[in-house]
Amino acid sequence: MSDIKLAEAPPGVEGAGFFATSLDKAIGLARANSLWPLPFATSCCGIEFMATMGSTYDLARFGAERPSFSPRQADMLLVMGTIAKKMAPVLRQVYVQMAEPRWVIAVGACASSGGIFDTYSVLQGIDEIIPVDVYVPGCPPRPEAILDGVLRLQDIVKNESLNRRNTPEYRALLEKYGIHTNK
Amino acid sequence: MSEFISKITSNQPVFEDNDPQDELITLNIGPTHPATHGVFQNVVQIDGERIVSGVSTIGYIHRAFEKIAEHRPFYQITPLTDRLNYCSAPINNMGWHMTVEKLLEIEIPKRVQYMRVIVMELARIADHIICNGILGVDTGAFSGFLYVMQEREFIYEIFEEICGARLTTNIGRIGGFERDFNAVAFEKIREFLKRYPPVLKEFEEMFVRNRIFIERTSGVAAVTPEEALDYGWSGPILRATGVDYDIRVQNPYCSYEEFDFDVPVGATGDVYDRFMVRNEEMWQSLRIIEQALEKIEKEPQGVFHAEVPDFYLPPKEQVYTNMEALIYHFKIVMGEVDTPKAEVYHSVEGANGELGFYLIHDGGRSPYRLHFRRPSFVNYQMFAPMSAGMLISDAILNMSSLNVIAGELDA
Amino acid sequence: MENSFLLEKLQGNFPAKIVEIPDAHHLLTILVDVEDITDVLRFLKLDNELQFIHLTDITAVHYPHLEKEFAVVYHIHSLIHNIRIRVKVFLYGPNPEIPTATVVWKGANWMERETYDFFGVNFIGHPDLRRILNVDDMDVFPMRKEYPLEDPNRVDKKDLYFGR
Repeated sequence: MSDIKLAEAPPGVEGAGFFATSLDKAIGLARANSLWPLPFATSCCGIEFMATMGSTYDLARFGAERPSFSPRQADMLLVMGTIAKKMAPVLRQVYVQMAEPRWVIAVGACASSGGIFDTYSVLQGIDEIIPVDVYVPGCPPRPEAILDGVLRLQDIVKNESLNRRNTPEYRALLEKYGIHTNK
Repeated sequence: MSEFISKITSNQPVFEDNDPQDELITLNIGPTHPATHGVFQNVVQIDGERIVSGVSTIGYIHRAFEKIAEHRPFYQITPLTDRLNYCSAPINNMGWHMTVEKLLEIEIPKRVQYMRVIVMELARIADHIICNGILGVDTGAFSGFLYVMQEREFIYEIFEEICGARLTTNIGRIGGFERDFNAVAFEKIREFLKRYPPVLKEFEEMFVRNRIFIERTSGVAAVTPEEALDYGWSGPILRATGVDYDIRVQNPYCSYEEFDFDVPVGATGDVYDRFMVRNEEMWQSLRIIEQALEKIEKEPQGVFHAEVPDFYLPPKEQVYTNMEALIYHFKIVMGEVDTPKAEVYHSVEGANGELGFYLIHDGGRSPYRLHFRRPSFVNYQMFAPMSAGMLISDAILNMSSLNVIAGELDA
Repeated sequence: MENSFLLEKLQGNFPAKIVEIPDAHHLLTILVDVEDITDVLRFLKLDNELQFIHLTDITAVHYPHLEKEFAVVYHIHSLIHNIRIRVKVFLYGPNPEIPTATVVWKGANWMERETYDFFGVNFIGHPDLRRILNVDDMDVFPMRKEYPLEDPNRVDKKDLYFGR
């Protein structure tokens, strides 16, 4: 017996040459395994991200093959490093420019909550200005922890309904951050 | 027709510009950089591809280190210094410890000094790996970076063996190290000395005589030594202009005067010279580490900290059983130890230049004032005046070769 | 070159204007008045024998308990003679002013901007004195001792857990 584990297919009806499942599940599977990151690296966590993208830990095998620095073409925003109050409007603009569906991972203690820098110039957590999906603790988190965060995000993405971005709850969430969606 | 060709070959404008909209374009480079250099912004005015003038804006990761340091005891400032130049965190840690030891007038045993030298030179190699690798990436050569980043992973393994952390290491304590380097750590350092030179040689061969790289970098951003000194430059970029100012040689600390190494010096200060100086410094660092390993074997084994019970925490087993150790532990943690009221300025040769710590102490638990003299901050101020008249691609290479680390820039 | 030689030369050229402050670590520290600072700095750099061409650092310290509250500290290095010097100038608060050192070394530019940003020291004659590290619309000078470390407008920290 080989020890290669195959991923589980979503529940569906299988036949000769076809596989029927719900559209949500199929699209979720496709999205989860091709999340293109926007590495928003500001400080030390950015160097650990560079190590994660290197060949030992290799983020690319989870589908994050093409890091994009243009927000319009990225799916997930990886905020790595301390966000100072001077940088906060820039981060918000980058987030607003991303096209739906978009997810945010706050990598490191500084992005999650301000970290060890409880000062007048540091934003105490990026969830004060943008909604965050996954928090990865650590200072800096090991590359395995960053990979774990991406895998948890993949779980979220796989189980997300297609209509989520149009629901009033999601719109209210964005309104709470002052991001107005014009639909 | 030949006048036309001669105008093209001498880089002069060929066609008359009759466009009434004769204005310069303002381009905003940053703060979110595609090349992962760090968060700093340059607003440049460009005429076609040529930069006419530029203004730098920094402070996008200002974390108020100096203010935090006024509220923390000495041993809690070490993790702060990690995050200054996070690519070579051990150098910052050691520099800070040496500053405090200078203030407290603590003598460090030779073996500990040699261990510090090994850690600092490994960190210097790690920083130069990133700088030269990213310089390669900016010219379009991605593979070199990937080859040497793997070696950086091995340096991380060595740091993990010594202190437990990869990047923000918090190595060492005031008075020495928290634990001895175990046999595995020494084994890994020796293996690094065997496995890194071939990789560095391969990396060198990709760039040093590479025609495309030479044409991209040679002659770009040349700097005269007078100008560089006037702007307060230090480190590899100053040595690339021809000034052999290396603090390890001029004001030796941590027994560097006992080591035999050369200080590479460039000729014109252009980007190619800076690359070559950093490259050669990596070879010299390997020499220093080899000598340090030999010297450590001659010293009495097992010594990893100075005998200063007033400032160095006793081992936990003794704290729970021995009354004296308990008292020392309490005094150190609560800050009840008498410390001299003095000011001290100590600088070490960081990977980017002179990393200085100006410490004013008033006898309390935390410093009265701590100022970091950060090389990236001082080096980067010349970038905006220097980029006037350059092409954008040359300015990007210039910025990349200055090795500006955002954590050190803003502190 | 020894500290004593350097001090004699300085006191010879600026009689009664240079006071030495004792330093426990053999770094010659001198105290200069604000009117003489530009002359002293220029002399240090341009004198053929001294050649203090490398400006290492400019910073400031706030002593609220002293009469002259602010001290601007220059660390300068002569590479040829391998000797350093620390020059201190004390200024009255709350709006301290001192002539700029950018006329002597171009590298003083950002160092003085940082000192202005943190302490509010006005450098007369600086080409572009504005904030460098903090946000541009900040109206306080955060490194002064009366300004707290943490953000005073934070609402989500529970005093109970922080011992207040």
